[in-house]
Amino acid sequence: MSDNKNGPREIVILSGKGGTGKTTITASLATMMDKIVMADCDVDASNLYMLLSPKVMREQDFFMGVRPEISRQECTQCLVCVDVCAFGAINGESLEIDPVECEGCGVCAWFCPQNAIELVENRCGKWFSSETRFGPLVYAELFPGEENSGKLVFAIKEEARRLAEERAASHILVDGPPGIACPVISSISGADHALLVAEPTLSGLSDLERVLDVCHHFHIKASCIINRADLFPEVTREIRRLLDEKNCTFLGELPFEKGVMDANQRLVPFVEAYPKATLTRRLEKIAARLAVL
Amino acid sequence: MRIAIASGKGGTGKTSISVLLAKYLSFESGQEVDFLDCDCEAPNGHIFFQVHLTPLKTVNIFTPKVDTSKCTFCGKCSEICRFNAITVLGNKVAMTFPELCHGCYGCFRVCESGAIKEDPRRIGKVYAGRHEDGATRIHLVQGVLRIGEAMSPPLIKAVLEEGEASSNLVAVTDCPPGTSCPVVTSIKGADLVVIVAESSPFGLHDAAILTKVVRRLGLTFAIVANKVLDENTLIHEWCAKEGYRYLGGIPFSPDFSMEYARGGDIFKAAKRMPEIEEVLCRITKMVQER
Ligand code: SF4
Ligand code: SF4
Ligand code: SF4
Ligand code: SF4
Repeated sequence: MSDNKNGPREIVILSGKGGTGKTTITASLATMMDKIVMADCDVDASNLYMLLSPKVMREQDFFMGVRPEISRQECTQCLVCVDVCAFGAINGESLEIDPVECEGCGVCAWFCPQNAIELVENRCGKWFSSETRFGPLVYAELFPGEENSGKLVFAIKEEARRLAEERAASHILVDGPPGIACPVISSISGADHALLVAEPTLSGLSDLERVLDVCHHFHIKASCIINRADLFPEVTREIRRLLDEKNCTFLGELPFEKGVMDANQRLVPFVEAYPKATLTRRLEKIAARLAVL
Repeated sequence: MRIAIASGKGGTGKTSISVLLAKYLSFESGQEVDFLDCDCEAPNGHIFFQVHLTPLKTVNIFTPKVDTSKCTFCGKCSEICRFNAITVLGNKVAMTFPELCHGCYGCFRVCESGAIKEDPRRIGKVYAGRHEDGATRIHLVQGVLRIGEAMSPPLIKAVLEEGEASSNLVAVTDCPPGTSCPVVTSIKGADLVVIVAESSPFGLHDAAILTKVVRRLGLTFAIVANKVLDENTLIHEWCAKEGYRYLGGIPFSPDFSMEYARGGDIFKAAKRMPEIEEVLCRITKMVQER
């Protein structure tokens, strides 16, 4: 989407669902590409840093939205707040606020006749700016159960873009979140390209189709690699058909390699653990193609 | 009785275990079991039950539409909106950004001129169907998020409501992956949460975060290690150290993965793996204990 021809190209790696090998592939590509900045936008399950042993340079609290707090002294128990809350988050008897249901819309505070409700800023996670052997990595930690609205994704990408500019990087590699909702939409917004990692299973096929539709919906160009393609050639062929039909560039097939699990157990990027494997050679080709995309 | 199957990240085998458990529980009890697919961004449970799904309902949320003939451009609506979903420019234009709207009705309530009308935004659809195979009967309810839609929780709630309305005694929920809001919505109120952890450092990292979420909600939970390679005991050791209930480890099986890949008979494949039956049996015991 960006017209910035000279600036860094932003590539978001997506999979529609987790477990397709997205992070393994991102880490391996990172080791083989020059002048990159990495951003881990899979904030629910940020695993990329585990493979890259980063040194944290900067740590920042992340605030999002507000949390209402009722002052018991001022409250006259008129129950106006209970009535106006569209999410049923305030208990009609105890006036306790259920943090799971509360959307932080602040409507209760607005209408409280006693001004007894204060809206407190909600600290919902942290993000880190770090250095790895392959370039800077920005990643985050969302506090358990917090809303992943995509705003944290924005914050991570903003920092990655800043670093990319500072270092005159040629690419930003973004490890994207699973699914198709808010965090995914934020992670592809402003990106130049989506690299989809598909898995040859019927579930994988249906997930891929949905994530392709999302890219299409937001006018993001996409290309696709099929991971563990040899495990189920029949579905791999169906995926190729789908890619043709949807005009999505096919970047290649990757073979199943048991060493991937071993490398992940040892927390080493696969291509470093197995420099001579077929998978490594295939990944090299893909890295080369991405570099000129 | 609702059992939620969740995992801190995708690809741990959460859906397989949900599907197998639903079928196992139905077989053991001789009764129909609800299968609630709350993984609305990537709903896949239906692939494994030959089931004809029919649309049940469309889920909408409130978004505002401004009737400019009544609007006085007072700006109150944009003042109350915390999501920048409605803006008033000068004294001519009131703009809405429906994709940012959370449906809180704030603008609607605050507008004194009655200028705000409801313009529902479709966030997805709920489908349902029945599967019958010999002694097992499954009532499947599935939510499918609209492409381009950002918020899944209202749809997840609609799926769970269908489960509540059903007369079946037992429900299995296939939750979305992750550790944030959609998972919280899916596991809230569950009688038991089964956390499926991939037996790897990543799997452990993500399962540990999810466990925090579940504990904070005060829910009963137990952990299954899946895709265990070479008798790796990472997850088991972690559970022992933390004092968490461990339900067993299921080995990585190419045979099972193959059936899963082609949407084939994972029930048959599971029969060849005694570890799966053991895990399902332990979950059933926990259900009966409660
Ligand atoms: S609206 Fe204000 S005064 Fe009334 S019950 Fe709520 S907090 Fe108390
Ligand atoms: S902030 Fe909004 S959702 Fe939360 S309790 Fe108040 S009215 Fe309800
Ligand atoms: S609150 Fe009502 S009258 Fe005021 S600007 Fe908004 S829509 Fe117009
Ligand atoms: S319903 Fe709430 S979120 Fe939506 S536009 Fe109105 S005030 Fe904003």
